[in-house]
Amino acid sequence: MTAVNLNDLDSSTSLVEGLDSTKGSGPDKVFRWAAFGAGLMVLVILALITITTAQAAWPAFSVEYFTSATWIPSAQEFGMLGFLWATLLISFIGILLAVPVAVGIALFATEVAPRRLRRSITTVMDLLAAIPSVVFGLVGFYVLRAPAQDLFRWLGDVCAGIPILNRIFGEGSSGTSILMAGIVLSIMILPIITSISREVFDTVPRNDKEGALALGATRSEMINGVVIPHSLGGLTGAVMLGLGRAMGETIAVTLLIGGVSNPPITIDVLSASDAMPSAIARYLSESAGTYRAALIGLGVTLFIITMIINVLSRKVVGVFDRRIKGAA
Amino acid sequence: MNPMTDEETPVPQPAPTQFSDLAHETAEDHPAPVAGTTVFDVTDLSVLYSGFRAVKDVNIDITEHEITAFIGPSGCGKTTVLRCFNRMNDLIEGAAVEGSLKYHGVDLYEKDVNPVEVRRRIGMVFQKPNPFPKSIFENVAYGPKLAGIKKKSELDEIVEKALRGAAIWDEVKDRLNKSGLGLSGGQQQRLCIARALAVNPEVILMDEPCSALDPIATGRIEDLMEEIKQDYTIIIVTHNMQQAARVSDRCAFFTTEVNPDSDQRTGTLVEFDATEKMFSNPSDERTENYVTGRFG
Repeated sequence: MTAVNLNDLDSSTSLVEGLDSTKGSGPDKVFRWAAFGAGLMVLVILALITITTAQAAWPAFSVEYFTSATWIPSAQEFGMLGFLWATLLISFIGILLAVPVAVGIALFATEVAPRRLRRSITTVMDLLAAIPSVVFGLVGFYVLRAPAQDLFRWLGDVCAGIPILNRIFGEGSSGTSILMAGIVLSIMILPIITSISREVFDTVPRNDKEGALALGATRSEMINGVVIPHSLGGLTGAVMLGLGRAMGETIAVTLLIGGVSNPPITIDVLSASDAMPSAIARYLSESAGTYRAALIGLGVTLFIITMIINVLSRKVVGVFDRRIKGAA
Repeated sequence: MNPMTDEETPVPQPAPTQFSDLAHETAEDHPAPVAGTTVFDVTDLSVLYSGFRAVKDVNIDITEHEITAFIGPSGCGKTTVLRCFNRMNDLIEGAAVEGSLKYHGVDLYEKDVNPVEVRRRIGMVFQKPNPFPKSIFENVAYGPKLAGIKKKSELDEIVEKALRGAAIWDEVKDRLNKSGLGLSGGQQQRLCIARALAVNPEVILMDEPCSALDPIATGRIEDLMEEIKQDYTIIIVTHNMQQAARVSDRCAFFTTEVNPDSDQRTGTLVEFDATEKMFSNPSDERTENYVTGRFG
């Protein structure tokens, strides 16, 4: 390889000379491989987790495991549907309670509040997100349980004569219950949903908002007509992230859901139950053999379900995004 | 009773004949009234942002069925002043207005004036075309729906008239249910004009409506302005002096004054006159320098 001679710069050949230089391609190659390795690592870790846990859970897996709700370790009967049901129910309650509040706070922070207040709301929500989940569990257990017990009993009494409602709110004998776990979960996932919703609302172009206002829309009409439609995709993402957190939450749920050994499939939210992660935390240390495999199986199932939710939510977000961009 | 706050205001509906004959009429059929009614009477208007005076000393009369252009270098406050006319500056935190801005004798910044009602009468077209991510039909029907019109047949009629009024009907009539975002930039801007016309405003404010468009699309918007000024009063902010000279009847020239102590820039109105005079024989030297291209 000849060096470019400055005296030759005006000749046409020197302009193309050196184009095939390998200078700098060494470090570039190293970087490329390092980045590729890091990317590959994610897949390897994911595969390892799936394979090792599935292997450990394999002895417990059977048709009954996924179709039965009878979980009696002493009789070696393991049907996980009761745990799955409780997990879905408390997550659903958590989302149901958290989303309206979170969206309300986010709308207030982005569209209504004066700038200074906006910053304090953001700070408070971030602080709420930083509280360890065990603290939420302890507060629920030691502070909320007693008043919740009275409230739940009252709720059960009031709804006793009303059809459907008397099945949802049965006899609240104790504060620890599906509803209690759901309520505390909703507080725990509130910050993440609020903070993502706020960011999503912030991305709505000012131009679009002004377009609606200039046509004589009030602020609420503008929010309904422009901000919310524009944000549906992002809001779905926020809800799914909250859902993922809620389904995997362990410590607070372990403390608050009541912990029954064979959770029934019930819509009575005032009854005690047990969720998949909390059951693992509760029993894994005292388990062995097929029982242990069955508990690990709960983890594998949870992992797969959250993965499916993730993929589905990505699809939903994509559909909304395309609609906003005008292709659909 | 202040007309702006009257809850019983009838739903604005386009008069049946309003747009119908636009296609075969020319400006010659409707010469602009020489001394038309004054729509806006602006006296000593200042705009402040968090106490800092961004624009001061604006005195302008806006005449009915005329196109009034605001010209001047960047940062001279012409857009800020334009956004006073439909109280759009309300949305900016810390913005305040001093002086008076009277619309048919009513000060728009009086306490009991409802900005939402103001914006129904005084429409706006923005610098960047901003159709909603909805169908073409829904874009135009948005304003009338807000005003309470629900009947499909009535909406159909309003949407067609507005789209015809904005000279885009023929291009979109077969795709009314397609997204407004699928149109070209110039079509999107005409859609936004149609959207503004659909609520039947008296005044249309245009904030550099052609700055994002190519010359052909710009020409169409300018032709459109000429056509609709028989029914509306238009105020346009433009960076393009040729555009101001081509389309406007009157012209306001703004510039920036720098305070030597604080280095703060404040926009101010230099001269306001008939466009012809502004471009041929302006009274102020600064106007002459600007329109002849020696400054800005």
